[in-house]
Amino acid sequence: MNKISRRDAGFSRRGFMIGIAGMTFAIAAGEPRFVSAATDASDRTGTPFNPWVSIAPSGAISIMAPATEMGQGSLTSLPLILAEELDADWSNVVAVPAPPINKIYGNPAMFGAMLTAHSLSVQGYFTPLRIFGAQVRAMLLDNVARHWNVPSTELSTEPGVVVHAKSGRRIGYGEIVAFAEIPAVAPDIRPEALKKPSDFRLIGRDVMRVELPTKVTGNAIYAIDVQVPGMIYGAVLHGPVQGGAPDNVDDTAAKAIAGVIDVVRLPYGVGVLAKTPWAAFSAKSALAVTWQRTGKAWGFDSDKGLDAFAADVRDLNMPTTVDWYKQGDTKAALAQAATTMDAEYRCHYAYHAQMEPLNAVASVSAAGDAAEVWCGTQYPPAARSAAARALGIPDERVKLNYTLLGGGFGRRGDYAEEWVVDAVLMAKSAQRPVPVKVMWTREDDVHNGHFRPITAHYLRAGIDAAGKLIAYDQRLVGDRVLPAENPQFFRDSHDRDYQLMGGVQLTYYDIPNQYAGQIPQDTGVRTAPLRGIGDIANKFVAESFIDEVALKQNADPMRFRLDLLKNTPRGHRVLQRVAEMADWGRTRDNTALGCAFIVYNDTLISGVAEVSVNRSTGQIKVRNFWCAVDCGIAVQPDNIVAQFEGGIVYGHGLALFEEITIRDGAVQQSNFYDYRVMRMYEVPDIHVEIIPTDNHPTGVGQMPVPIVAPAVGNAVARLTGVRLRESPMTQERVKKALG
Amino acid sequence: MAISFEVNGGTVSVDAPRDTPLLWVIREQLKLTGTKFGCGAGLCGACVVHIDGRRAFSCQTQLSNVAGRQVTTIEGLSPDSSHPVQKAWLAERVPQCGYCQSGQIMSAADLLTRNPHPTRAEIVAQMSGHICRCGTYLRILRAIERASRES
Repeated sequence: MNKISRRDAGFSRRGFMIGIAGMTFAIAAGEPRFVSAATDASDRTGTPFNPWVSIAPSGAISIMAPATEMGQGSLTSLPLILAEELDADWSNVVAVPAPPINKIYGNPAMFGAMLTAHSLSVQGYFTPLRIFGAQVRAMLLDNVARHWNVPSTELSTEPGVVVHAKSGRRIGYGEIVAFAEIPAVAPDIRPEALKKPSDFRLIGRDVMRVELPTKVTGNAIYAIDVQVPGMIYGAVLHGPVQGGAPDNVDDTAAKAIAGVIDVVRLPYGVGVLAKTPWAAFSAKSALAVTWQRTGKAWGFDSDKGLDAFAADVRDLNMPTTVDWYKQGDTKAALAQAATTMDAEYRCHYAYHAQMEPLNAVASVSAAGDAAEVWCGTQYPPAARSAAARALGIPDERVKLNYTLLGGGFGRRGDYAEEWVVDAVLMAKSAQRPVPVKVMWTREDDVHNGHFRPITAHYLRAGIDAAGKLIAYDQRLVGDRVLPAENPQFFRDSHDRDYQLMGGVQLTYYDIPNQYAGQIPQDTGVRTAPLRGIGDIANKFVAESFIDEVALKQNADPMRFRLDLLKNTPRGHRVLQRVAEMADWGRTRDNTALGCAFIVYNDTLISGVAEVSVNRSTGQIKVRNFWCAVDCGIAVQPDNIVAQFEGGIVYGHGLALFEEITIRDGAVQQSNFYDYRVMRMYEVPDIHVEIIPTDNHPTGVGQMPVPIVAPAVGNAVARLTGVRLRESPMTQERVKKALG
Repeated sequence: MAISFEVNGGTVSVDAPRDTPLLWVIREQLKLTGTKFGCGAGLCGACVVHIDGRRAFSCQTQLSNVAGRQVTTIEGLSPDSSHPVQKAWLAERVPQCGYCQSGQIMSAADLLTRNPHPTRAEIVAQMSGHICRCGTYLRILRAIERASRES
């Protein structure tokens, strides 16, 4: 059996398993041997104490990591949480990517799916992992008690060692394996038996992320790096519109390119098989294809589409499909209000731009009845199912190996996993079982992107005679996301498109009457959750509009929000802190501050932006960004700061210039020359402070993204008196707004 | 006809069309996959290597252009992560997804070779040809300043 070719098996002394789950590769000389390793925990060594933990006689402890690693640090933080309660010696822990089994490794906070998304990994797995760790520790204690014939209550643990203080005896976890008996039923662990935060040895103390050392040497393996012996290359030209199919295919020029093996017609595109990537890409470029106008998005132009959305959102006769939430009675409150305000906001499509263009490697058995796949995915069981569906075989006949991700940001969590489908269909078309690596170019990645949706928002506010905000009412018309991302999740959510609507609720503010209504449209354009999901648009809109209300009352926007947070003490503290960090009360020359506050899946975040504006070009320059966060227990504090720094950078690009436009259903942008993202010269000074609390830990990966746009827009409003109601706040839009 | 050049101190001979981008030769023929494909257009910097000691976009360099020349990839920067830039990268915990970092590190090393004590503006000028979508820019900046200080 061949292993994937690697230059260095040693990696770090942390002993990270390279980043490929299921390292037992099945490609034997000439003929694949398809094993059911996708359902085996084959990478771990030692005695399994439960599906999560194995301990080797050497003392090495393998802990399953159920979340895929895309830079957010879960490959470290999840095993660390378990290791905390196990009282493991962290230097002996090996993080093993868990096999793709929802039933065992699914996230209880994510419909039980093994889907790394929504920044729910730590939040969802925190308590279960602690219990699994504590169970193994209890098993170790019970075994030692039996072995030494002492009451287990006299035993304690130090990292990796069971100690009997009375007799001074000590035994390492690895030594216990020799006589350990694993009970059929795991010991019952009551939540009160878990450690108190003050007793944590690992949680709250930064450790080196397990895979980090491989990321400065070039040794980290992403899907695009996978090398399988005998591998050839594939490239696929997708139709410009989802649902489109190739009509006339002229492959004469493509086939004339040296190294091209075959040109293959797929249901949704045209693929090339070649001996080298360059031949595959060149041949794809040489294809001349016309498309059947099947699929929904043909004829759709995003600028006109957004105009239509805006007209609908203002048409109060158009009913909402879901009353997303309501408290009190906004209709009555608006009627009674001393003052009312209304405003319309708009947001545009945006692209994930993960740095690794989508790709996968696949090999299909000669009979076509089994496959092995290597890919980077946020959703391993879905990747396996997508491959199986494409081949018309049961999931069990697909062995999935997943790697580190060169960025995810929501792009790799769809149930469709279409880059995996590309690879298996091209491998099926090859001289089976020859493995095929299918890589998308950056242009493919943009053209076939799944975008953050366009949205139009209509907001109304009612203010009483005392100046108190008593009614907040929002209607949202937006391109649907969840039905496209995962129809099953949409059904499970009772048609509530949380990807579109996330963040509309402002329950943490003291506003007695609130309402938000959902009006989804289906343009046919490919959409997806994008780091920050609906909150990116909805917090931009809400926090900008709240600011409008504050300024209309001649209130200080910071003071106004602090008053709104009187019933949310954690939020009040977070906002108060950022005001101190930014020295909110100090006036500046030629710059102004804007603030925002959000609660996102129970993570409380405040932000202040300091901006200047070039009135002749319309360019907004963000000079400083201050941010305070309360995400409960900070499992890995420096990593949280890193996620916030990165999320704030991501949010800046979305706020200021990132925009996808659609013409006749097709994406108009192609690469980083016409889809601009943040670079070092544009990054403000970013100041992040964690306010640690003993609350259950909540998410950090995508949470900072939505704080940026409203803080920036609010700063521009204070500086110029002009309110920006369209995101991104491009130079052209700012210039036009300034007049 | 095969084209010979040096990679990380050893001589290789590669049989591929002359206009093949060096990137694909390095990654798929030589199996040095630390150098990354990001845009194929010299816009993101993920593919940066050193050619005769100076940084270059390997996606924009044709194979024929490196005949007889010395190419260094991330794998050849140091045998044991001991290059000051690599050490600083770990000390500042720079990488997140890590995909762009090989290119970033190669550009940083190139800068410090020519200019051991760059100003912040010089660092920003050198590094703004790179994209890090995870947004690790401030840590990259700090890591380069640290490497400059400590080397």
